[in-house]
Amino acid sequence: MISPKYFREIPQRYRLEAGKCKKCGQVYFPPRLICPECKAQEFENIRLNPEGKLLTYTIIRVGSDIFSLQTPFAVGIIELKDGVRLTAQIADVDLDKIKIGMSLKLVFRKIQDEGASGLHCYGYKAIVI
Amino acid sequence: MKDVAVIGVGMTKFGELWTKSIKDIFVEAALKAIEDARVDHIDSMYVGCMSSGLFVGQEHLGAVMADYLGVSPIPSTRVESACASGGMAFRQAYFEVASGNSEIVLAGGVEKMTDGADVTEALATAADQDYEVYQGVTFPGLYAMIANAHMYQYKTTRKQLAAVPVKNHKNGFNNPNAQFRSEISIDKVLSSTLVADPIRLLDCSPVSDGGAAVILCSLDIAKKFTKHPIIIKASTQASDTIALHSRKSLTTLNSVSKAAEKAYKIAGITPKQIDFAEVHDCFSIAEIVVSEDLGFFEKGGGGPAAEQGLTALEGGQIPINTSGGLKSKGHPVGATGIAQVIECYEQLTGQAGKRQVKNAKIGMTQNMGGSGASCVINILEAL
Amino acid sequence: MIGIVGFGSYLPRYRIKVESIAKQWGSDPEVIKRGLQLFEKTVPGIDEDTITISVEATKNALLRAGINPLDIGAVYIGSESHPYAVKPSGTIVIDALGIGPDVHVASYEFACKAGTEAMFVAYSLVKAGEMKYALGIGADTSQGAPGDALEYSASAGGSAFIMGKENVVAEILFTNSYTSDTPDFWRREHQYYPRHAGRFTGEPAYFRHVLNAGKKLLDKSGMKPEDFKYAIFHMPNGKFPQMAGKKLGFTKEQLETGWIVPWMGNTYSGSSPTGLSAVLDVANPGDKIFMVSFGSGAGSDGFIFNVTDKIKDVQDKATKVRDMLDHNQIYLDYGEYAKYRSKIILNQ
Repeated sequence: MISPKYFREIPQRYRLEAGKCKKCGQVYFPPRLICPECKAQEFENIRLNPEGKLLTYTIIRVGSDIFSLQTPFAVGIIELKDGVRLTAQIADVDLDKIKIGMSLKLVFRKIQDEGASGLHCYGYKAIVI
Repeated sequence: MKDVAVIGVGMTKFGELWTKSIKDIFVEAALKAIEDARVDHIDSMYVGCMSSGLFVGQEHLGAVMADYLGVSPIPSTRVESACASGGMAFRQAYFEVASGNSEIVLAGGVEKMTDGADVTEALATAADQDYEVYQGVTFPGLYAMIANAHMYQYKTTRKQLAAVPVKNHKNGFNNPNAQFRSEISIDKVLSSTLVADPIRLLDCSPVSDGGAAVILCSLDIAKKFTKHPIIIKASTQASDTIALHSRKSLTTLNSVSKAAEKAYKIAGITPKQIDFAEVHDCFSIAEIVVSEDLGFFEKGGGGPAAEQGLTALEGGQIPINTSGGLKSKGHPVGATGIAQVIECYEQLTGQAGKRQVKNAKIGMTQNMGGSGASCVINILEAL
Repeated sequence: MIGIVGFGSYLPRYRIKVESIAKQWGSDPEVIKRGLQLFEKTVPGIDEDTITISVEATKNALLRAGINPLDIGAVYIGSESHPYAVKPSGTIVIDALGIGPDVHVASYEFACKAGTEAMFVAYSLVKAGEMKYALGIGADTSQGAPGDALEYSASAGGSAFIMGKENVVAEILFTNSYTSDTPDFWRREHQYYPRHAGRFTGEPAYFRHVLNAGKKLLDKSGMKPEDFKYAIFHMPNGKFPQMAGKKLGFTKEQLETGWIVPWMGNTYSGSSPTGLSAVLDVANPGDKIFMVSFGSGAGSDGFIFNVTDKIKDVQDKATKVRDMLDHNQIYLDYGEYAKYRSKIILNQ
């Protein structure tokens, strides 16, 4: 992960900062410059509520090189209480017990390592609540 | 806009082409197409390719291929839209002829995937790098999430998913250019290695090298080159959100339904009038969802339709992927969209041999990128 | 009144039992359990480290403190497993929690007492009037060399303490420290595992520093062991803190609540801090708490706390240590443990 790019994403990865359209109220994560719904270009910075429900998921058994040590692991699409949907790993869970509709909460975890000498890259993962 | 016709086609075998470079592959396909069309020159060319940069370290592919095809200084344009690169190259070529800007245009596609690059990583660039791939999702993972949502919502079964690769292998058996020419059974699919639950190895299109090319010209001069020009009735394109999680529905591919709606309108036909279709079965679930979003079956009906043989070559209501599809024919990413057009051409000119659909008059191709963020649809008709 | 305004802990859910490690090396688990007086330890997930543990522990501390993170003027983290050798863990923790950028940050290192060092400095800054609140964290994901005695106890976890002057739940009455050059356990730069001097780590190291710091703290305060409701000592295993407590005149009952090592293992910089957190989870107003940490190399930090009547308002606002120890455990076998702890040589 190149440093400037990683640094730019910190507000989203660490604090779940999203943009709420001042005109129509749609929330976007990550924030955008223009609202696809109403085309307005003014947003309010908000922090997402980390709780939500699991809409769909899969268990990755063959991952890219960076994740090869972590397989098998679960990833899913989670709909948060603010209505925002995002993709995240589901951590600390029995892979056989995952069910669509489960209540989850986002927590701070390490997502990947850039090899042996690069950055530790942090972000959000979901745990079952 | 002028009417545009396909007047010649050519492709390499799809598979692990260890002795051929990306240039060899593209030029071989292009030369075959030029010979098939019996043209003595081309005015412009398009090269569809997803990721020559990541796979073989070479960009600027338009120039590279014009050089190696020996046709410099004609304009040569690289087109990229992940797995829809080929279809999109075709559509751009179509416009160049339809606008009257060029008389004879080559639309080609190529991908060289076996030179040692991390294929999972390269293909993942078709997804949202920052909010999907960063989290560890892979390409099969995205389609697996679509599959799980589709199975949850419509009770599509694991066995229905397996019916798709079984059918496509049966068709591909009769395709001399296919990567895999072997039949497989439902059991074999269901016992293959899990890649991303519920997707197994035999649900997935393979890693392939290959090239394909077609020659387009305006209908008014097509008869100079061939007795059987095939007309492009419609060539449409649509986009959707890059991330699966941003979609309005997890079980409908909006780019497909929007492009299809427009294509039917332009061609003045309904889904029922399509005689056969080449669709983008990158994973078995993709063919099922697409068959619904193209209007062949209602939402949730794609699984049962595949299971009941409604999309089979023999006795099917709407034969899908008579070429073997991406699964059996192979999926050299950039070439796929063009190869789909080639299958349509062979069907509509009665040259599909054992794969022939009887009385094939109107065919459709559906090519899409990533998890459906882009889609190109063509409707082709025999004159 | 200056002291702890908010406290919180985080322990990973993964565990490994002494039996699983003993089986791997052909040792008798019963002998080990008797000798070390611990029977399982926490293991960090592949996606957990001192930084993620610090973030989650601090979230709990913030829930209890009820303060605006922007009012925290310093974040100090003590650990012997900071993820970066150069780049303080605190720089990531502050951005994760929305603290700063007007904030002091540094990493502390002193084997197992780096956490209490961080707590001491945080407290001192508030006492000096430099800032409204300061955060001191002790957290670790330490490694025990395969087959070594330390492999049974080196575990993961951490606790965070927000120091301040308002709404103090545990006032800090006295502190002290006792340090010398005692080479009982160390790790050279670029070495993967630490080395230790066997039995030398006992009497000349742990006991000399803990007992001296403890005695001098009692002298300084003019208090006697009977004055305290709770006593917490650094817990490298179950035995040492009990022996130290006894030598200083404390009873088993006084040690019991903070003696969490049999279930947690030795979380190094998180050891006595998490023992303290477990005590604060259940303490009552007026309770006096005696705590002495120990870090190899070597040194001990002492603290005397007086629990205030504000404690009852905050205990239930975040998950308690006993809950973390007793519920939702995920047990690993040695192979899984080795994979999670990167003890397997990979083809890279």
